[in-house]
Amino acid sequence: MNRGPKATRPEDTVVGNMPKKRLKVLLRLGKYMFRFRFGYLLALALSVSSNLLSLVGPKLSGQAIDAIGVGPGEADFDRVVRCCLLMIGAYLVSSLMAYVLQYVMINLSRGIVKSMREDIFAKLMKMKVSYFDVNQTGDIISRISYDIDTINATLSTDLVQIASSVVTVVGSLAMMISISPRLCLVFAVTVPLAILTTTKMANTFRPLFRARSGKLGELNGYAEECLSGQKTVRAYSEEPVMISRFAGRNKIAADAYFKADYYGTMVGPTVNFINNISLALVSVFGSLLYLAKGISLGDVSSFVLYSRKFSGPINESANIINELQSAAAAAERVFRLLDEEEESPDVPDACVYGEGENEIPVRGRVETDHVNFGYTKEREILHDLTIRVKPGMTAAIVGPTGAGKTTIINLLMRFYDPDSGEITLEGKNIAEANRSSVRRSYTMVLQDTWLFSGTIADNIAYGSPREVSREEIEKAARAAGINPFIRGLPDGYDTVLTDEGVNISKGQKQLLTIARAMISDAPVLILDEATSNVDSMTEMRIQSAMNELMRERTSFVIAHRLSTVRSADIIFVLKDGRVIEQGSHDELMELKGFYYNLHSAQFVN
Amino acid sequence: MKHVFSYVRPFFKKMAFGFVIKFGGTVMDLFLPLLLSVIIDDIVPTGNRTMIYLAGGLMFVCSVLAILGNVGANRIAARVARDTTEKIRNDLFARISYLSARQIDAFTVPSLESRLTSDTYNIHQMVGMVQRLGVRAPCLLIGGVIITFLLEPVLTLVLIAVMPFIAVSVYLITKRGIPLFNAQQVATDDMTRVVRENAQGIRIIKALGKEGAERERFHGSNTALNRAEKRAALNMALTSPLMNLFLNFGLVAVIFVGAVRVNGGLSETGKIIAFTSYFTIILNALMSVTRIFIMSSRGIASANRIAEVLDTPEDMEPDAAYAPAEPPEGAPKIEFDHVSFSYNGVRNDVDDVSFTLNPGETLGVIGPTGAGKTTLIALMMRQYDVDSGSVRLDGVDVRAMSRDEISKKFGAAFQNDFLFADTVRTNIDFGRGLSDAALIDAARDAQAIPVIAEKPGGLDFELAIKGANLSGGQKQRMILSRALAGDPEILVLDDSSSALDYATDARLRMAIRERFAKEGRATTSVIVAQRISSILHSDLILVMEEGRITGRGKHAELLETCPLYREISDSQMGGALFE
Repeated sequence: MNRGPKATRPEDTVVGNMPKKRLKVLLRLGKYMFRFRFGYLLALALSVSSNLLSLVGPKLSGQAIDAIGVGPGEADFDRVVRCCLLMIGAYLVSSLMAYVLQYVMINLSRGIVKSMREDIFAKLMKMKVSYFDVNQTGDIISRISYDIDTINATLSTDLVQIASSVVTVVGSLAMMISISPRLCLVFAVTVPLAILTTTKMANTFRPLFRARSGKLGELNGYAEECLSGQKTVRAYSEEPVMISRFAGRNKIAADAYFKADYYGTMVGPTVNFINNISLALVSVFGSLLYLAKGISLGDVSSFVLYSRKFSGPINESANIINELQSAAAAAERVFRLLDEEEESPDVPDACVYGEGENEIPVRGRVETDHVNFGYTKEREILHDLTIRVKPGMTAAIVGPTGAGKTTIINLLMRFYDPDSGEITLEGKNIAEANRSSVRRSYTMVLQDTWLFSGTIADNIAYGSPREVSREEIEKAARAAGINPFIRGLPDGYDTVLTDEGVNISKGQKQLLTIARAMISDAPVLILDEATSNVDSMTEMRIQSAMNELMRERTSFVIAHRLSTVRSADIIFVLKDGRVIEQGSHDELMELKGFYYNLHSAQFVN
Repeated sequence: MKHVFSYVRPFFKKMAFGFVIKFGGTVMDLFLPLLLSVIIDDIVPTGNRTMIYLAGGLMFVCSVLAILGNVGANRIAARVARDTTEKIRNDLFARISYLSARQIDAFTVPSLESRLTSDTYNIHQMVGMVQRLGVRAPCLLIGGVIITFLLEPVLTLVLIAVMPFIAVSVYLITKRGIPLFNAQQVATDDMTRVVRENAQGIRIIKALGKEGAERERFHGSNTALNRAEKRAALNMALTSPLMNLFLNFGLVAVIFVGAVRVNGGLSETGKIIAFTSYFTIILNALMSVTRIFIMSSRGIASANRIAEVLDTPEDMEPDAAYAPAEPPEGAPKIEFDHVSFSYNGVRNDVDDVSFTLNPGETLGVIGPTGAGKTTLIALMMRQYDVDSGSVRLDGVDVRAMSRDEISKKFGAAFQNDFLFADTVRTNIDFGRGLSDAALIDAARDAQAIPVIAEKPGGLDFELAIKGANLSGGQKQRMILSRALAGDPEILVLDDSSSALDYATDARLRMAIRERFAKEGRATTSVIVAQRISSILHSDLILVMEEGRITGRGKHAELLETCPLYREISDSQMGGALFE
């Protein structure tokens, strides 16, 4: 079950200015934040009041200093102490509020991040299976970990900072205008200059940040691939080659990172520069104005003070813009994943297979009618495929590798939909049925022995949609002939399978997947090379259980071992995507055609 | 942490240069207010416009120097961070590449993967940040302390009294922080594992309709990660309010002590005013410095995780104790001498196995699932070390051989072998620099020519991730081509033709036999199979059951002596099923 379209995927190389798209990204981020709008309002309120409270401090300290007086013996200690106590109180409350603010912010940002991760994962579950054939797992992981972390950095602090500094900026501007509108003209030059430069820079840097996220994802993908294939690498002593290839990719990723940093760190000093220039201008023009008797010296001094207050947040927001850029690039990757094509939704009024009311009970009538299909438009794999299987039948599909056997299974399970023709289950077109109910009708054992990290019992129980008892699990394991092995493990059924199921041979893993299938109640069974990793002795030993499994169900069997195929009710011989012969074993042997030759080849020697 | 330090050390000169530039830039920034006060206090009263322009011009120059200094320093910082991270990541990858199978089992793949990616990224952040923030703050701190000490030594003592509180809380928060960040990384590993498993098993998950259950499972690990992240973040969040509190309490103390001193005629109010503003500068700077330390907690946690891998000792170094006194001559190619081995130390997976195989001979191994066939191969190639007995290749214990020496001897096609997302050529050649002719030759014997011919681009055809654009049988042929291509001394085929149909399998065996019959190729083969037909012609066939050898000999002998073998043979070669 592992053929998919060819891997051609230009990764994150979209270039050019797309202001509309950027706006969309920000709006979507905003949507997540909107879910937590009350939290953000609370945070804003806390932040403003905490700031205000800390402003009380200097005022109180001023009063305390006034109370000290200017000479020895003049101090009013009662007032000094009172002011000091008040200060302690104010600072305590302020610090407390600051912590509460942090608490709220952390909960908010982590909440958003958590729900984004959930969304990504939910999306992954809805994705077409082909997505996983063309995307490196490492890159997917990079999106759900690194990119999300990057977004988090922005969400947690920057946004509230921006909001609270708006107050300061507006306030100082008002004060400056009240002092000297003429001197404010300086800002009419420098502020637009600052805004222009930062937006210009931001536009330039955007692709750099995008490249940074993308390259890191690629590196992760490569690392994942190497780690998965390490046994092979070791067997050929190819570590140096892999290491040097990794180094190459690492260099690209590190450079992408550096480039983003290199330009990114320009923003802060540049805005700072513009502020410094405006300070110089204010000093010069302020002095000139004073000399022209247009303004008092005290006014110049407080104007300067306010202008510094004014530029502080602007300076800060330059850095924030930088972080927003990298967050936007990361968000873009996350959203691109969220926008990937899903499996098509069920048609309205889709019929549902099952035993419940208004559901179609599945007995195992499976038919394909003139089905054509290819993973890509260029190459059709199945041509005019028509097969009919009656309930309870065992249908075998045989043929040379690459004939399209597994593709048929992909279509039956609706991993893909046919290009033309239709597939029916109980006479209903499965394209018009509820997809998960179609899949629930099948249980399958594949060549690919996937198990998850959990206990053996959990892995077996995984095959059933309902809660299963330990007895049922053991029964299935016994039937699959794996019980003695499990019993021999130190923790028996509670043995935790770690990654890749290290200490379990491939054959044993396959037996576990067979046990998993045995515990299922699904009426149709698919065995795709289900015993390819199991030796023939074990296979014989579990044959009666397999027969039992197959007797109650309609079964599709793909096997190379023709002995497995002989007893099938109907055998479809597939070659180059067409059914070239069909019938029972005896009929096909009689025919002395392709099947006859295949069968004979098995015993040449 | 000492590791990270050693990685940064080569850049000390560069960093020092950066620090100097940054220092210059910072000083320029601080000059501006000074110039401003000069303009207002000294120049304006004189009414000298030229001087005003001049001072303004000087301010401009300072601004330019400041931006140049800061940008330059930031760039150096970015470069050092890049180079450090790149080097650490390369070394880490190299170390991981050479970890033994047992060590990888212990670390687990997802965890190694996240150490390679997100942990190195944390280091990058740390190295960059320390450089960017690490100059300005210490400058202000030290400068401030000196000035206040000259101004009012007694009040400076008040200031110094606050320091221990700050030091202790920094210490405590950091101490708590490192394990918390470590826990966060571990939780990340866990979340990553779930995503990884789902990406790999998506077909089964969908087939079983388990999307809901998987979302549950992800939700579980996501929630755990969320909790770990919050814990770590909340711990760190204590820093800023706490420092603020200490700073401001110190300020109150200064005012109070100042009041007493002014009242007693020991000080002046003006000094206290000046002192309070310096005090703010100093403690703000101090806060920046402590924040660097505390923010580094995450970096340190990651550094520890990386160091854990880097410090893992080589556990399969060649051990001279096993080396023979002199190179043995005429020794068997492969020799197992009472070999026992267990993965988990409970039950022997290979139990007292002995056999010898001479150069050019073929060994066939057959037996039920879990009998220890693959383990036998793993021991032969020294993926694991034996618990007792010894494995010898050409008379030399494998424990005395280097990894390279061993793998040079082998060409192997494993049961669940791996194809990389790269061209067919790269996958078959696999870094050995073989000629196209040799590749084609191997592919021909591996029955892979029809597959390659059918793909656009032939040898240049790009395989999808894990060879997803090939069928099971096609993949096995690629893997077989790879094993044959190097003309190895020992060819290992571990159940590597299971996905081939019988006709192709038969042709494959024929081709391999002919290949080795050619002159000058004394390849010794080890074939693990489930089909009797695959091992029928072997010089020695071992029948394994539960880790032990329960039958040995040639096909004809085994049919006589080994009931299990006969049973398998009957089941496959007609008879039983053909009644």
